[in-house]
Amino acid sequence: MSATGNRVGLPRDAYKGAATTLCAGCGHNSITNHMIKALHELGVEPHMLAKMSGIGCSSKTPAYFVETAHGFNGVHGRMPALTTGAHLANRQLIMLGVSGDGDTASIGLGQFMHMIRRNVDCTYIIEDNGTYGLTKGQFSATADLGSVQKKGAVNTFQPIDPCAVALALGCSFVARSFSGDGKQVVPLIKAAIAHRGTAILDIISPCVTFNDHDGSTKSYSWVKDHEESIADVSFIPFFEEVHVDYEPGTVRDVRLHDGSHIVLKKLGEDHDPTDRRAAIKVIEEGRTEGHLITGLLYVDAELSDFATTEHIPQRPLMDLGEEELRLSPDQFAQFVSEFA
Amino acid sequence: MTEPIVNDLTIQAATVNGSGSQTANLVLTRAIFHMGIPVAPKNVFPSNIEGLPTWYQLRITPEGHMARSDKVDILIAFNVATWREDLKSVRAGGVVIHEEAFSTADVRPDVIYYPVPFSKLAKSRIQNDTLRKQLANMIYVGVVAGLLGIPWGAIEHGVKRQFLPKPKAVPVNLDAIKVGYDYWQDNFSKQDPYRLEPMTGAVEGKVLVEGNQAAALGALMGGVTVVAWYPITPSSSLCEYLIAYADRFRVDEKTGEKNISVVQAEDELAAVGMAIGAGWAGARAMTSTSGPGISLMAEFSGLAYYAEVPVVIFDIQRIGPSTGLPTRTSQADIGFVYTLSHGDTKHLVLLPGTVEECYEFARDAFDHADRFQTPVFILSDLDLGMNLWMTPEFKYPEKKFDRGKVLSKQDLEKLAGEWGRYRDVDGDGVTYRTLPGTDHPAAGFFTRGSGHDEQARYTESADAYARNMDRLAHKLETARHALPAPVVEESGSPVGLIAFGSTHAAVIEARETLAAEGKKVDYLRVRALPLADEVARFVARHEHVYVVEQNRDGQLYDLVRLAMPAELVERVRSIRHYNGQPIPAVAITGPLMDREAVPA
Repeated sequence: MSATGNRVGLPRDAYKGAATTLCAGCGHNSITNHMIKALHELGVEPHMLAKMSGIGCSSKTPAYFVETAHGFNGVHGRMPALTTGAHLANRQLIMLGVSGDGDTASIGLGQFMHMIRRNVDCTYIIEDNGTYGLTKGQFSATADLGSVQKKGAVNTFQPIDPCAVALALGCSFVARSFSGDGKQVVPLIKAAIAHRGTAILDIISPCVTFNDHDGSTKSYSWVKDHEESIADVSFIPFFEEVHVDYEPGTVRDVRLHDGSHIVLKKLGEDHDPTDRRAAIKVIEEGRTEGHLITGLLYVDAELSDFATTEHIPQRPLMDLGEEELRLSPDQFAQFVSEFA
Repeated sequence: MTEPIVNDLTIQAATVNGSGSQTANLVLTRAIFHMGIPVAPKNVFPSNIEGLPTWYQLRITPEGHMARSDKVDILIAFNVATWREDLKSVRAGGVVIHEEAFSTADVRPDVIYYPVPFSKLAKSRIQNDTLRKQLANMIYVGVVAGLLGIPWGAIEHGVKRQFLPKPKAVPVNLDAIKVGYDYWQDNFSKQDPYRLEPMTGAVEGKVLVEGNQAAALGALMGGVTVVAWYPITPSSSLCEYLIAYADRFRVDEKTGEKNISVVQAEDELAAVGMAIGAGWAGARAMTSTSGPGISLMAEFSGLAYYAEVPVVIFDIQRIGPSTGLPTRTSQADIGFVYTLSHGDTKHLVLLPGTVEECYEFARDAFDHADRFQTPVFILSDLDLGMNLWMTPEFKYPEKKFDRGKVLSKQDLEKLAGEWGRYRDVDGDGVTYRTLPGTDHPAAGFFTRGSGHDEQARYTESADAYARNMDRLAHKLETARHALPAPVVEESGSPVGLIAFGSTHAAVIEARETLAAEGKKVDYLRVRALPLADEVARFVARHEHVYVVEQNRDGQLYDLVRLAMPAELVERVRSIRHYNGQPIPAVAITGPLMDREAVPA
């Protein structure tokens, strides 16, 4: 990589977008910056990127990175459907969905689950702050039981944990991180994009305006105090060589479908990211012990993705013309005669 | 015996749902059609898998009338649960073929009875234990064949055609039909006037096709590549036919790859969302649904209208509101679909009135959607979609796809990247778009359902919003002139009819009936919304114009009046039929004669 450009010759600035309109200090802005870094370092061609979102603060963020890419800000909770359709139309596109906890864990929960069930090849980032920011601070469905609202109201319901739901459904890539932890978020975004299948990345992203106070379990200070990373993540793209300079037994190496590697360096207890039961267990232990478990929880690099399962050709369907799509006059005449 | 009645009768089979009677009815239909005689079947079925009553009306006329008849000439009473009610539907002098075991105490004396021991015959004469229940229905096909004089060759054709994919089933079904055929010959002498005789000149060049089948073929020929749907009666068969056709014509034999993706979505919200996502990315995409699904698609339809994304949406209407009568026909979605979504929204709506138009409009809808970058709705209904209709064989398309205003990499280079997604440079309200994957730094833009300016940038500017809405209205006006024009048939009568969709069949018959009495009425058939200017001109040429439709509130009547200058509004009147049964001609001639002294 040269000093001025990445592998496709583009500088970092080529991955910037419009100025953010979110609050100063919003976790989402940090994630936007992580996204810019990850996309630049991966050398994603902007014209092949499709930025998809639903409705909410998080869903505005695709406007704030890679301005020259196409983006689609759809309706509330329905990013997965738009993404699935666009992907089927052109499976060469890199589908990058950005959603929030309101968008994903309430109206969008069904689409979230069905996208996972199909294993649509896309990255699905949840900018998760446990609150509805745009409508001024109501609890969302990911808010923890007992978490306190800015004006003092206490959440009385169990949270929906998007990672636990994804794992239960057999999602092929499940990770959690924290917007303030760029060292972890950036390689996870890269790995999610490289992964062939639905990659769920739940990033706790504090809302400085409505959910950053004492008593909230989605505040900067709470997350910093309670984050427990299960492994150091690094990502080696397919176009770089793997340097193995770790002591044997201290790292796990996951090879993705495109030849990239995720290298996980053991921190505390060893976690096998290809063991779904272990992933469910580590989340549940974190929950009962009051920790926020972050890192790559689970990956299945081999699970067939939707377009492959459906026998969709690599050549984009949107490129096909009359010759490929219409019956020939002979076929047509034969077919219509069968109605007789 | 009275004068013979030849090739002009209506058979009604009253049977039990899920018992295999539909197959027997279709064999009978195809056999009679094979004799060169026009047929018009209507299946009245319950929302049920097995056990509830079902009726199949097979109307046979030398003229080829395809509307439902309100009179039954020959009843096949096969369902004890409805037998007494069914008996009431038969015209005086008509025929009743019934299970011998049914109680005949106090039955009406003015019809002719042919009791047949169907159960006993099935037990003693059908050896196949597993298929006995289904094959028992075939026995009545044989009885009817004997009664009406259907040649055995026609019956053989009907069976072979019906079991085209399963030729092994042909002999066992023919055997069962023979049981009934022989029973007729051995036990009855004919007391009724009804006869079928082979004809020429009426059905040549015609085929029997369901509207949903035709629409599926149309979509395939229109180049659809992404189909997302959720099962719902009466729309499901459209996508199921499409799946079958795609498996046959869109699979690469060597690689197994498919040039189409058909997704059974988790619900209608997702179905239309996937289609819109695919349309946005440049594919020809569609979904198909019925009333409850259309309600769910309202929000996404507004997005596609406002963000200007092409997509084709079929609504095979059924009776509403809510679950309504899920297996009965209706035309009551027209008002809702036209403005589907909150906010100022208007859609392009195609209104096929024949099976041939189901094919053509489905095919051309993808051109309209691409050309005008907006949802195109195709409003069919259960009667048109799920019943077999005689139709001329479909024509191979002459035109190539019209992909509309799409800027390529080369176009953008020529423009030096200077373009605006929502900038009207041609003055027709239709702007240029680029597709994701276009390799030019100026290609990308952000599509959104929120306020946007000509450059597709977010804005809450009052002026930009109003400008954009005015342009969208202008675009709709451009589109209005490109949609299928009304079909007008007039001969200077002071009275006219306006109708759309499957009501067409009843209008044809009503006009013929009136013309035979020397009373002519003119006719304009609406084939698209927004309404063409011709509608107002037609009204201006008549003293009274009756809008005939299958809904309670006169929804097209309202739209027609809204499109009139004030001085013409009073001329527009309304005839409505909304009980879920396909409209018969008498539902038009009756009210018309009551309210209008049509001059001879």
